[in-house]
Amino acid sequence: MRRIFKVAAVTALCLGMSAGVQANTLKMAYDADPVSLDPHEQLSGGTLQLSHMIFDPLVRWTKDLGFEPRLATSWERVDDKTMRFHLREGVKFHSGNIMTSLDVVWTFDRLKKSPDFKGLFAPFEVMRVVDKNTVDLVTVEPYPLVLHQATYIFAMDRNFYTGFDDKGKSKAEIVKHGDSFASTNVSGTGPFIITSREQGVKVVFNRFAGYWDKKSPGNVSKIIMTPIKEGPTRVAALLSGDVDFIAPIPPTDLERIKSNANTTAVTMGGTRIITFQLNQNRVAHFKDKRVRQAIVHAVNNDGIVKKIMKGFATTAGQQGPKGYAGYVDGLKPRYDLAKAKQLMKEAGLEAGFTVTMAAPNNRYVNDAKIAEAVASMLSKINIKVELKTMPKAQYWPEFDKRSADIMMIGWHSDTEDSANFSEFLTMTPSAETGYGQYNSGNYSNSKIDELVVKSQSMTDPVGRSKVLQEVEQTLYDEAAFIPLHWQNLAWGARKGVNIEAIVNVMNFPYLGDLVME
Amino acid sequence: MQATLVMFVISLIGFSIQDNLGDPLRELVGQSVSEKERDALRDRMGLNDPFLVQYGRFLSNAVQGDLGNSYFFKKPALEVIARKFPATLELVIGATFIIIFSSVPLGIYSAIKPNSWLTRFILGISIVGISVPVFLTAIFSIYIFSVELGWMPSFGRGETTAPFGWDSGFFNGDGLLHLILPSLSLASIMMPLFIRLIRSEMMEILQMDYIRFAWAKGLYPKRIWFLHAFKNTLLPVITVGGVQVGTMLAYTILTESVFQWPGMGFLFLEAVNRVDTPLIIAYIIVVGLIFVVTNTVVDLLYTWVNPTVKLVGQKS
Repeated sequence: MRRIFKVAAVTALCLGMSAGVQANTLKMAYDADPVSLDPHEQLSGGTLQLSHMIFDPLVRWTKDLGFEPRLATSWERVDDKTMRFHLREGVKFHSGNIMTSLDVVWTFDRLKKSPDFKGLFAPFEVMRVVDKNTVDLVTVEPYPLVLHQATYIFAMDRNFYTGFDDKGKSKAEIVKHGDSFASTNVSGTGPFIITSREQGVKVVFNRFAGYWDKKSPGNVSKIIMTPIKEGPTRVAALLSGDVDFIAPIPPTDLERIKSNANTTAVTMGGTRIITFQLNQNRVAHFKDKRVRQAIVHAVNNDGIVKKIMKGFATTAGQQGPKGYAGYVDGLKPRYDLAKAKQLMKEAGLEAGFTVTMAAPNNRYVNDAKIAEAVASMLSKINIKVELKTMPKAQYWPEFDKRSADIMMIGWHSDTEDSANFSEFLTMTPSAETGYGQYNSGNYSNSKIDELVVKSQSMTDPVGRSKVLQEVEQTLYDEAAFIPLHWQNLAWGARKGVNIEAIVNVMNFPYLGDLVME
Repeated sequence: MQATLVMFVISLIGFSIQDNLGDPLRELVGQSVSEKERDALRDRMGLNDPFLVQYGRFLSNAVQGDLGNSYFFKKPALEVIARKFPATLELVIGATFIIIFSSVPLGIYSAIKPNSWLTRFILGISIVGISVPVFLTAIFSIYIFSVELGWMPSFGRGETTAPFGWDSGFFNGDGLLHLILPSLSLASIMMPLFIRLIRSEMMEILQMDYIRFAWAKGLYPKRIWFLHAFKNTLLPVITVGGVQVGTMLAYTILTESVFQWPGMGFLFLEAVNRVDTPLIIAYIIVVGLIFVVTNTVVDLLYTWVNPTVKLVGQKS
């Protein structure tokens, strides 16, 4: 009897104590939940959002596109190919293991093997252990984006992922389309641990008690993340108070959330450019610079942003957004119908011609409507467009086949840097070099190729910026492609959930630092 | 035997459309992965093999009960569907209850009193119900009952408990509350149909000779309406009901995706978006099986309701 009493008393005490510590539960809804718990399985926004919750990178982006130390406390150049990172001491993994340089090097080696990430890490030769808390990251050539890439190095728990699972498979294995240890088990250093997960239904996170960042203002002790695919349902869930935080917000519902007394919306100019490419191999007229210029002048970017995107995008005249190394202030959209007609006349094509156009209908915000609008704009300069839109799953094989004369493509730079756009979209396509993989226009200009390649090994930021600006300027003058806009980002939250401080243009909210009232 | 043939044809059709669904690799890898890398993966997954080789492999696995692994869930497709099935079943049962308990009384009432204002009202509403698409009904009901009034949860399945071994929302308040709006939306498309069906059948039967005899005999009106007339109305209703179970499954796709209901229908829509072909095929086969089974059950029910109906092969 006495013992029972004692147990009851202790329990009561425990309950009382835990009630004293403020327990904040954040209920949130994204449009999809993470595909896998393996941070190296798929290079996607979803993977990175999750990585920032259960792992920490060496350094991370600040709001103004600078870098702040996370697992690395400081770094310095040793020579023009080597960067030395000093790691934070005493950082604990969720398993209880202490993080050392061995874990970081192990993670780097695994990244080099991942089909999705190895392209990104091709410029790096090796990472070496210097001592317990120091590593050297060595590049093949002098490389300007070492810190950019270090944001992708989320230290994984080497001991946890070493050995064999109960099926006899290596725990470290990266499996794209199968069950692997790493896709369902996780040990990182991040602010949250996963306590339960039912894919497509719900993921529950608890704050990691041993988290190293004691200075973090974050006070969220539990996160319940539910995917809600349909935009209107997601918005309704926020408005009715069923969830505290949602992303993304459909453009049409932005006003509703802003005008509601209990909710707020945070918006930001995004970094994903939406463009059309003009296939010069399929249509000889597109080889004529005047025709391309005419098309660029015929497209009313502003109208598309206002009417179709409801102001929820930033009009673009170049590839990279403001803040990127190659951004040129003066490159604005050039809508001028009279000039477009004049250019068509000069090219001897007043009577126009007929082309095909293809666009996805569920990949980018309002993609099919944008394509329809552009098609009707082109009809004003007598270019008759036969438009075909299709779901993204069918669109990408068509894109690979270059099966239409004008094709839509949106691009986000994985390095958050200007050169990446050109490497994939506007450099001469070649299976050997791997450049121009998404250049369906087949635009080819040796000057652009040279400049971009040159920029890859320039470590002087000012000089490099000049080179990349020259690239943007040339593409603009040549009308190499049709820039439309950068999609904006939007997050919605209940009042009292201070998301403003933790969201960023990369669209991975730092939920560990979230403050809730 | 017939059922097996049907299932075989379904599997063949299901399998042959998969090439037109798109490239599953795109959903599995990031945007900057090279074509070479993707082709190597495709090779490893056996997607580059000729159609017959792929189908043969699929069929030989299928007869052993293995319909392949879902690309997205990384688990056997059948297991994934089995996990989601209870949620859909719950929704279908909820909607069926609503349909039965509203369309039977309303249908009978509007047949007995064809000219009352309430009948006109019921028929008017049912026209609206039939013509408004289910996702609109769903979204409107969310906005009215969850956002404006705050009575109902806006999405999801809520809490589930399993007192009888079936993990379901039927056995607790929160789960039931979550069920109301989705079930109502799903029921809204079928209800008008059944009200009208019951009404017209019933009106026809009320004109029959035997009913007149019953009146002449001086039976109670209630006995005539609910026993003699209604019982004979049931026959066509059961036939239509059996076919409609299939339609209802199709509509769960819409209802579930609006309410983020974690069931089979939503799963299927997602699978199509992700080109998760093994899951799509497994879904088609499972739904095909449900069709075959319900139609068989309907045939059997027939003989029970109306003993004069003979099944093929049954001695008369």
